[in-house]
Amino acid sequence: MNFNDQDMKLLHAITDLDMIPAGAINIRRDGEAVIRVSSPNIKVYPKEDKPGLNVEVKPGTKNETVHVPVLVTKAGFHDKVYNTFIVGEDADVTIIAGCGIHNDSHSDSGHDGIHEIIVKKGARMRYVEKHYGEGKGRGKRLLNPTTVIRVESGAYAELEMIQIEGVDDTFRSTVAHVADKANLKVIERLLTHGEQSAVSEIDAYIEGQDGSAQILSRSVAKDKSSQVFKAGLIGKTECLGHVECDSIIMGNAVIKATPQLVAEDARAVLTHEAAIGKIAGEQLIKLMSLGLTEQQAVDTIIDGFLR
Amino acid sequence: MLRLENVSLAMNHESGENKDILNNINIKFEPGKLYAVTGPNGGGKSSIAKVIMGIYKHTKGNIYFNDEEISQLNVTERAQRGIAYAFQQPPRFKGLRITDILKTAQPNMDSIGLRRHLRDVGLCPEDYLDRDMGPGLSGGEIKRIEIAQVLAREAKISIFDEPEAGVDLWTIQRLMGIIVNKYKQNQDSTAIIITHNERALPLCDEIIVIEDGAVKASGTPTEIWPLIKEEIECKKRLECRGEFGYEF
Repeated sequence: MNFNDQDMKLLHAITDLDMIPAGAINIRRDGEAVIRVSSPNIKVYPKEDKPGLNVEVKPGTKNETVHVPVLVTKAGFHDKVYNTFIVGEDADVTIIAGCGIHNDSHSDSGHDGIHEIIVKKGARMRYVEKHYGEGKGRGKRLLNPTTVIRVESGAYAELEMIQIEGVDDTFRSTVAHVADKANLKVIERLLTHGEQSAVSEIDAYIEGQDGSAQILSRSVAKDKSSQVFKAGLIGKTECLGHVECDSIIMGNAVIKATPQLVAEDARAVLTHEAAIGKIAGEQLIKLMSLGLTEQQAVDTIIDGFLR
Repeated sequence: MLRLENVSLAMNHESGENKDILNNINIKFEPGKLYAVTGPNGGGKSSIAKVIMGIYKHTKGNIYFNDEEISQLNVTERAQRGIAYAFQQPPRFKGLRITDILKTAQPNMDSIGLRRHLRDVGLCPEDYLDRDMGPGLSGGEIKRIEIAQVLAREAKISIFDEPEAGVDLWTIQRLMGIIVNKYKQNQDSTAIIITHNERALPLCDEIIVIEDGAVKASGTPTEIWPLIKEEIECKKRLECRGEFGYEF
């Protein structure tokens, strides 16, 4: 396994890692696995019929983390990968995924990650997916993740999906099925600038009694970038659901946020909040009165908002 | 330390006409003193504070801070020179933690300092340091954090705009006590409290009464208190008779 400085920089940007950690891990670079290690409780192995991985967490596994980041560094390379994660009953694990693209060329580079996640009965899982792009070429950096997650009876799943910098176009699709007494929390944080475009569609089907789902989106659109956010909660039985979309708009950006609530049972309680607005002048003045310049005040507000 | 010379402020009114907010204000704030600025609502007290901080641009006159004319300096530059301002209605910041905002106010502050400033305004550090400055905090909590920021800045001149507004009765006296003690004992810094609090007024070195955009009176509490005491007592009598809409 040879990682150059550029690889390590990308790896750090998407996983905060400065070195290869112990435990279960798979690092995919330009379509090939460069590191693949299983742990006694977490089995990581390739799919036989298509590119991608199966990650199986043994029932009862506690406080373990598996890293499955993807790096795209080859000019004009477009990676497509199918991953399946199965978190065994009563396990409690964290999955660190994400993709970093470095593209200095004039050809587009990209990654399509197609994920299936099953969180078994009584398990807890936190899934963190951070996307990052960099490079000086005119070639675009494209990221299109598709996630289907099933949260089984009494389980808890938290999806934290972050796209902070350098991704030109993204289309993100997330579909969740929430069983009885299960709980799903989706947190999305997105920053677009320049002429970038981002579309995110989330549909959470709350299918089991006393299930709940919460979708929280925070985004900042700068310059001439555009964002479309659609979040749907479908309550099929007695359940709780909440959608919150909160956006800061700057420059000539365009944001379209559409929270959608569908109740198919009179006992479903579904709520939403949506707000789009520029940074308030009084917030800038407040931080400037503490000694920050106007630009520092803007950066501080955005960094906090997207944290 | 700070001088306002013939400062006037006019702003666009809803009717489209220019309305005079401040007229020919002349005030000198000396180092090591605690000032109270008081007067009726809408008289121009907060406008004076905002003109000093550079939030409002005065239309006439000069402002000198340590003999430097600062009229052309923006809010950041005035803050960097050593002027601090606690807003009457501070804004909220979704995602910023209380720790973040206090460290912005005083970047060199260690965790002991952070904790001390929160305790000073009656907030338990363990409960508040990592809390979000968003809608989860009450108006009174936001106000106390605002005061903690200005106390933490250790600025040369600190302006507190109605620190009692929105704060519960038990905390008001505590906050006033902290502000008075901190600035009464400090010869290098000056504090200005914009207040209607009748217990705080006699504790200040000087009281300035602002009414209709002008300085109506100024002097020591002994000189000024008899003038405003009558008005306060008159207001209380009206309140007791229900003329302000309350019934006792």
